[in-house]
Amino acid sequence: MKIRRYILLFVAAASFAQGTALANGISINGFVQGNFSARVTGEALPNSDGGDFLLGEERLQLELAGHNKAGNAGFLSKTDFFHDAITNTANIDLREAYGELTSRYFDFRVGRQMVTWGIGDLLFINDVFPKDWSAFFSGQPTEYLKIGSDALKFDFYPKFISIGLIVTPLFREDNLPSNNRFFLWDPFPAVSDRQTVNPDKNFKNVEVALRLYRDIGGFETSLYFSKGFWRTPSLLLDNTTTPTQISFVFPRLLTYGFSVERSVLGGVFGLESGYYDSMEDRAGTNYSIPNSQWRYLAGYKRPLWREATLGLQYYGEYMFRQGPYRTNLPAGFSVQDRLRHIMTTRLTQMLWHQTLRLSLFAFFSPSDVDYQIIPEVQYHFTDEFSATVGANVFGGKDSDTFFGQLDKNDNVYCALRYTF
Amino acid sequence: MIRRFIGTVFVLLLPVTALAADATEIMKKSQAAFLYPGIDFKARVVMRLTAKGGQERTRELTMLRKNYGLPGGNQKYFIYFFKPSDVRDMTFMVYKYPAKDDDRWLFVPSINLVQRIAASDSRSSFVGSDFTYEDVSGRDVESDEHKLVKDEACGGRECHVIESVPKGGTNYSKKVSWIDKASLLPMKEEYYDVRGELDRTFTSDEVMDVEGHPTVTKRTMKNLKSGHRTEAAFEGVKYDVGIKDDFFSERYLRNPPKELIQ
Repeated sequence: MKIRRYILLFVAAASFAQGTALANGISINGFVQGNFSARVTGEALPNSDGGDFLLGEERLQLELAGHNKAGNAGFLSKTDFFHDAITNTANIDLREAYGELTSRYFDFRVGRQMVTWGIGDLLFINDVFPKDWSAFFSGQPTEYLKIGSDALKFDFYPKFISIGLIVTPLFREDNLPSNNRFFLWDPFPAVSDRQTVNPDKNFKNVEVALRLYRDIGGFETSLYFSKGFWRTPSLLLDNTTTPTQISFVFPRLLTYGFSVERSVLGGVFGLESGYYDSMEDRAGTNYSIPNSQWRYLAGYKRPLWREATLGLQYYGEYMFRQGPYRTNLPAGFSVQDRLRHIMTTRLTQMLWHQTLRLSLFAFFSPSDVDYQIIPEVQYHFTDEFSATVGANVFGGKDSDTFFGQLDKNDNVYCALRYTF
Repeated sequence: MIRRFIGTVFVLLLPVTALAADATEIMKKSQAAFLYPGIDFKARVVMRLTAKGGQERTRELTMLRKNYGLPGGNQKYFIYFFKPSDVRDMTFMVYKYPAKDDDRWLFVPSINLVQRIAASDSRSSFVGSDFTYEDVSGRDVESDEHKLVKDEACGGRECHVIESVPKGGTNYSKKVSWIDKASLLPMKEEYYDVRGELDRTFTSDEVMDVEGHPTVTKRTMKNLKSGHRTEAAFEGVKYDVGIKDDFFSERYLRNPPKELIQ
C-alpha cells in the first residue's frame, strides 16, 4: 500500500513535469516498460517460479536530478518500481542515488552509483564492480547487467594524470541466475541446506579500487588496482565426501591491471589485462577458493559499411596453480581447464534513419566448447516509444560449463518502453 | 617542335589549373567561414527530422567546438543531448583531424560507460538525421577536386558555383556548391550519388550576423530519394566562449559542466 502511494505520488509529479526541467534545476525523467521472456526449449523446470517464463514484469523508472545554480553541487536518484508478474510482487530497486560536489581539481560523489571500467564489451577484467547476470541471461535490457555500488568516489585531476578512487564500505555480490527460474549445473542437488556468507561489515573489509589514466602518445592508457572480494560466490562444503551443507563464500581478491586503446586502420584497437591475486589461496590447494589468474583481452571494432559496425574480441583466463587445484578437488566438482578462452563477435546494423537496429552478439569458448548467441531487433516507433525483441540461445558440449549449463534455458524476450 | 607542343600544352592547361586553384581556394575560405569562425563556438541545435509521411522526430543538443591551428586544421567537438529522452544526458566527443580518421567517444549515462567509437564511417548519418558526420564537422578540402563552373545569382546573392569531385572512393560522385561571394557561406549544395543522380540537397535557410561572423542559423538537408528531410536550427550561437582545453576530456564527457551545456 505504501509502495502504491509512493508510486502514485511520483507518477503525478512526473506527469506534471513531463520530462522537462523544473524550476531551480530539478528535472524528472524516466520510462515505463513491459518486459517478458519465455523459455522455448519445451523443458519444464521442476519447482520453478514461472514455469516457461523467465521474466514477466512491468517497470517504472523515475529519475530525479538537480544541481545548484553554480553547478558544482548536485544529486541524482534513479528508482525502479516494478511488479514481478511471475511472483505477483511489487518491488522497489534503487538503481542509483548519490550526491556530488565538483571543483577545478577534484570531484566527489557519495551514494549508490554505477562504475564501469575497462574496455571489454560484455567481458570484464578490471571492472570488478557488481553485475546482474540473471537480468542479462533472461533478456532484460543490457543496462541491467550493471548494478550500482554503494560507494564513495573521489576523482582527482592533477595536470599530468587523472585519478579515480572508489571506496566501497559495504560489499555487494553479483546477482546470479537462481534455480527457481533457470536450469543450472548443480553438483550436489541432494544438499538442500545452503547459506550465503557475505563478508563481515567491518573496516577491514572495505573495498578499494583505483584507476590512473591518461593519453600516452595516442594510446589511452589506464592502470588499475583493486582490493576486495570475488563477487561470484565459491562453493564451500561442510564435508567433502558426504556433504550436508553448502556455504557460498566470497574469498578475498586483489587485482592489478592495465588497458590501452587507440585508433588503428579505420577502427579502434584495445588491449586489457589483469592479474587476479586470490590472496586466500595463493598455493591453489583449496578447492573452494578460485585460483589466482591472469586475464587478458584484445578487441577490435570498425565500421563495415554504412551504419554497420563489427566488433571482435579474444579473451582468456589463465590459472596459475592448476596442478594443486586438480589434486585437491573433491569428487563431484567439475575440473576447470588451465586456460579458458572466449571469442566474441558483435554485429550492428542501423536502418531507416536509425529507427531500426539489428544486432547480433555471440560468445564462443573454444576451451569450454560452449556459447551464447543474442540476436536482437529494436525499433523506435517514435522518439519516445520503442520495442525490442530478441533471444538468448545457449549451448555447449558439457552441462557444467558457464554457458553450457544454460543450454535448456534458450529464451525469447520482448520489451516495450515509453521514455519521458 | 616538341618544345612548341609542350608550350601549347602549358598555355592550354594554364587557365584550367588556375581555375581549379581558385576553386580550391574558394572552398577553403568557405570552409573557414562555415565551420571555423571564432576560436571556439557554442550553440543549441534543434533538429527536426521529417519522414515522407510527415512523421516528425526531434533531436536537441548543445554543440561546442574549438579550433586547434588554422582553418582547415584540427578541431574538437563536444555534444550534449537533451532530446530524444532515451539519449538524454548522453555526450559525444570528437577529435577531428582533416587528414586521418577522427577519434570519437560516447558516454552512456545509464551504465556510466565511456566508449570509444570507430570513426572511419564519416558518411554515416548523424543521430539518424539526413546530415552525415562529415556534413556536421566538414570534409577535408584536399579530398576533392574542385572546379569553378560559373558565377550566378542565388537567393538574392551573388554566388560562385563550384563542382567538387571526390578523389578517392566515397558514396557520392559529385557535390555542387553555391558559395555566397560576400560571406563565403554555402547557400546551397547538391549531392549526386554514384550513379550521377541528384541524391540530397542542402540549403542555408537563414544567415545571421553573430558577433561579426555571418552564421547559418537555419539549414535543411533533404533526401530526394527517400523524401526524408532534416531541418536544423542553431539557437543561442556564441563565439569565443573561452572553452578550456581540458574540457574535451573523459572527465567532462562523464560530467559536463552545467554552465557550458545549458
